[in-house]
Amino acid sequence: MYPSRFRYQAARSAEQAVRLLHEGGEDAKVLAGGQSLIPMMKLRFASPELLVDINAIPGLDYHRVDPDGSIHVGALCRHADLEHSDLLPGHQPTMTAAAPLIADPLVRNRGTLVGSLCHADPQGDWASVVLALGGSIVAQGPAGQRTIPLREFVLGPFENALAHDEIAVEAVIPAPRGAPAGGYLKLERRVGDFATAGVAVALETDGSQVIRAGIALTGVGGSTIEATEAEQVLTGRPLTAETIAEAGRLAAAAAQPKSDHRGSATYKRHIVSTFVVRILSRIDWTQERAA
Amino acid sequence: MSQAVDEIKIGGMGASRRRVEDNRFIRGKGNYTDDVVLPGMLHMEILRSPVAHARITRIDASRAWDMPGVRLVLTGEMMATRNLAWMPTLSYDTQAVLATDKVRFQGQEVACVIADDPYIAKDACEAIEVDYEPLPVVVSPQAALEDDAPVIRDDKEGQATNVIYDWEVGDAEGTDRAFEQADVISRLQLHYPRSHPSPIECCGSIADFNRSTQKLTVYMTTQAPHIVRAAVALIAELPEHMIRIISPDIGGGFGNKVPVYPGYVCSILASILLEQPVKWIEDKTGNLISTGFARDVYLDGELALSRDGKILGMRMRTLADHGAFFADAQPSKFKIGLMHSTFGCYNVPFAHLAARGMYTNKSPGGVAYRCSFRVTEAMFFQERMMQAAADDLGMDQAEFRRINLVRDEQFPHRTPFGFLLDSGQYGACLELGLKAVGYEDFLRQKAEAAKRGRLLGIGISTMSEPLGAGNSREYDILGIKMFDSAELRVHMTGKALLRTGARGQGQGHETTWGQIVAHELGIPADDVTVEEGDTDTAPFGMGTYASRSTPVAGAAIAMVCRKVRAKARKLAAHLLEVSEEDIEWELGRFYVRSAPDRGVTIQECAMAAYSNMPDGLEPGLENNAYYDPPNLTWPFACYIVTVEVDPETGVWDVLNMVAVDDCGVRINPMIVEGQIMGGLTEAFAMSNMQFITYDADGNCIGSNYMDYLIPTAWETPGFELHGEVVTPSPHHPIGAKGVGECAAVGGPAAFVNAVMDALKGTGVRNIDMPLLPDRVWEAVTQRHDVSGAPPIRTDG
Ligand SMILES: Cc1cc2nc3c(=O)[nH]c(=O)nc-3n(C[C@H](O)[C@H](O)[C@H](O)COP(=O)(O)OP(=O)(O)OC[C@H]3O[C@@H](n4cnc5c(N)ncnc54)[C@H](O)[C@@H]3O)c2cc1C
Repeated sequence: MYPSRFRYQAARSAEQAVRLLHEGGEDAKVLAGGQSLIPMMKLRFASPELLVDINAIPGLDYHRVDPDGSIHVGALCRHADLEHSDLLPGHQPTMTAAAPLIADPLVRNRGTLVGSLCHADPQGDWASVVLALGGSIVAQGPAGQRTIPLREFVLGPFENALAHDEIAVEAVIPAPRGAPAGGYLKLERRVGDFATAGVAVALETDGSQVIRAGIALTGVGGSTIEATEAEQVLTGRPLTAETIAEAGRLAAAAAQPKSDHRGSATYKRHIVSTFVVRILSRIDWTQERAA
Repeated sequence: MSQAVDEIKIGGMGASRRRVEDNRFIRGKGNYTDDVVLPGMLHMEILRSPVAHARITRIDASRAWDMPGVRLVLTGEMMATRNLAWMPTLSYDTQAVLATDKVRFQGQEVACVIADDPYIAKDACEAIEVDYEPLPVVVSPQAALEDDAPVIRDDKEGQATNVIYDWEVGDAEGTDRAFEQADVISRLQLHYPRSHPSPIECCGSIADFNRSTQKLTVYMTTQAPHIVRAAVALIAELPEHMIRIISPDIGGGFGNKVPVYPGYVCSILASILLEQPVKWIEDKTGNLISTGFARDVYLDGELALSRDGKILGMRMRTLADHGAFFADAQPSKFKIGLMHSTFGCYNVPFAHLAARGMYTNKSPGGVAYRCSFRVTEAMFFQERMMQAAADDLGMDQAEFRRINLVRDEQFPHRTPFGFLLDSGQYGACLELGLKAVGYEDFLRQKAEAAKRGRLLGIGISTMSEPLGAGNSREYDILGIKMFDSAELRVHMTGKALLRTGARGQGQGHETTWGQIVAHELGIPADDVTVEEGDTDTAPFGMGTYASRSTPVAGAAIAMVCRKVRAKARKLAAHLLEVSEEDIEWELGRFYVRSAPDRGVTIQECAMAAYSNMPDGLEPGLENNAYYDPPNLTWPFACYIVTVEVDPETGVWDVLNMVAVDDCGVRINPMIVEGQIMGGLTEAFAMSNMQFITYDADGNCIGSNYMDYLIPTAWETPGFELHGEVVTPSPHHPIGAKGVGECAAVGGPAAFVNAVMDALKGTGVRNIDMPLLPDRVWEAVTQRHDVSGAPPIRTDG
């Protein structure tokens, strides 16, 4: 690959990365897993003047579940770490379902969840998952750290709320108030394909009813879409065939797909409702109740 | 006392010998074109047109010339002063090397920069200013036919439309009569979408012109080095003996590396001008949007049928989209390749084919991708029409084939288009396939599942395809006859060097060729070095494509071995002190007929050829052979696929795939199976996901691997392979028929037929490939056919 000329610096700490970004100005960019940035540089869609590589920063490759149940994913935690995690299965079904559906095994070995959120691709899978879970990003800049809810972090396609001299150090999934349930389904034409349509469902239940519902959609609009009306119809009620069907309908209505070579808008909408219904119907209600 | 050798132990015929070339390939020690580094080598990059059809009003390369490290900028204008702006294609058309007047497809070569390193070359390409004055864009052959369509090839004198050719073959009147007598006429309209061979290694060349010796050496990615040498001699007007084409290891060809591309020509000219080696390595997008694509043919087909299921006649009209230049690599007698090989394996008394070819604003090509000269389209159309006809007759699809397949006792069988099918056991292959897949049982399962709303389907594809062109009477490319060659040198110690005019690209020639030598001479395959691809050392041959290497070069190898054996016999007679007539041959050894214990090995004969030859016998043990096959070879295959379609998403899964291949004698069964699995994978790809299409502005969709979908091990189903039926070719010296393309040719219809069978109850008759989930879903829910190239939908 023959990208435009650029300078490269490897940061040894988050502070150093922030300093390098600050000095580098608007044309400096963070390099994490490189799975989105490098292809764009190859095609010369992106021509950063300076690359600040954060891969050598120690201590950012973690993901952990805190005693309160919140999940913390460091900026260098790879998709593959989440796919093979011992912590997530049984604790976070939506993330567990999504991890193996991101890209292909090679990309998963390098790409990061935080990088995916920063990239803010409407077809990125993690953004839907984290949005449905009500997560946020911890950003570090010259003035220290701040927490940005994902809802405010993604500003539009390929646009995030970071200042040019801020890096995202961590993604946080808040502690659940009830038993987590849900899943992620993605229609792809092939492994490594971006979603024709994807659906993230993250519920919390108290054994008899849904106390929190998060539903977010991948690849069916200009950015990741939160299906708020579908969430509302589920919240405060038990899961029934009727609420499930209604949630499917409302999620499809929230989608804003465009017809393209992946399929017609009608088809994508149909897939959204089908997937919402499939995920919700597969939730083993009795088991959740027992948990 | 010597003994006959065990053929399998020495890696002869029938041995599943490990591939010798894999030793270097899997260790990353192959030597591909891009691995070649020469002292003082410069790097070339191509500037391609971003638009599909436009007049070039201005090219200003001054900023590129000014960049440090830039050595040369080539434009069409400069090429024209050397009469190199255009070059001949392999189908008697012309193709722009660098555009002078217009660009005619997105990705067309407009200029080249040669610089000290590839980064500078790429930067300098971006600095070239080109003004394009847009012209109306034509992206389908139907649109190209319209009265107000712009004439794309206004460079050609007398070309007033976009029609390249109208060509027909067969008996039009007889076929008309057959249709008049038909009880049922079954009609189907299909599109075989545009696809691309997409070898992992893209195209490239390193041209090295040496002023002091006047010799031009070109390392390049070509499947046919000798054809390239001839082409360079003619295009560049260099003496042929001063041109050396070296085709090093090739990372996949699939027909993509047969044509001569502008990049090769430009690197050669640049090296001559600069007197330094010039390397050009194409990137993936360049490969996908500008080099030899495959297919893109529309079909309108009809079968005349009797009520009891006999085919009375077949009519086909094809409309092919060749892109901006007619650049197909194909035998020159035929305009649409061997499309008329269609329906060869069935008894069809009358047939007619009318073919039309069109220019469009798309990349040039058409004959590539394991297609054996458009046999892929021919067999796909055949097998889709067979299924539609069985449905129209209300007849079981297996029974309908049984009724119409050519029977064993009918060989040799002349097809209505004049091909001679010489051998086969079609019925046996079909029955074996049906048994392996559990046909009757599956039909019961299918009926059961239907009661629960599940859609199961089974698809069959039976076909015999012509391989191994030529014979020289009928097959030539640009007048060069399609024979092939081999040269064998047996060294003093009985080791050997074998060279052929073919050029492997991953098929395992180095392994298989040694096995033919082992079979003919008893020299262990491990003792044979195989060399191909260097025109200064290899005998003249037409190269490797169209499954022709084993049928043609493989036959030449057997023949040269027999010549060498004949000489070895004289040496044996001398060593054994008997006359030649008293000598018998068994594998690896000559012996005295009356005293079988008295014998000499082939190795002892080889030693004698250099150390103890009889008076009057020329020293040495080597020879060559040029082989002109008497006929094509006709392998047969039966592919059966079962699927389940999810009506809610349109996603379909392959439940089972059975492949029965009768490709004649199998030299290396493992390699044969590898070829079949590769072909089946590509067949699945074509039916399921793989396509190139264009939007209304002529933008290529499929210009990178995010859009151009190639299945991974994850999607690719498992295959059950059967090789029990073996019908040796009656004319090939060792009975082999070739197998490189069968599965890619016959496979796609089996997958599509299976999905269509699953949808039978919905009234849907056809979904054109690829059967992507959205297309299948649309067909199922709307209950209508989904036809044509996958559209680039826009909501507006
Ligand atoms: C073949 C292929 C298939 C893919 N398929 C999918 C898919 O199906 N689904 C999917 O969701 N994704 C897919 N991806 C994208 C992949 O998930 C990327 O890894 C991810 O989008 C970006 O993560 P990264 O660590 O590689 O980021 P990079 O590529 O390194 O960076 C991406 C962007 O985010 C910025 N950035 C990264 N990390 C930080 C940080 N810590 N702080 C501030 N800015 C940062 C960079 O500056 C850059 O602008 C695919 C990629 C490829 C190459």
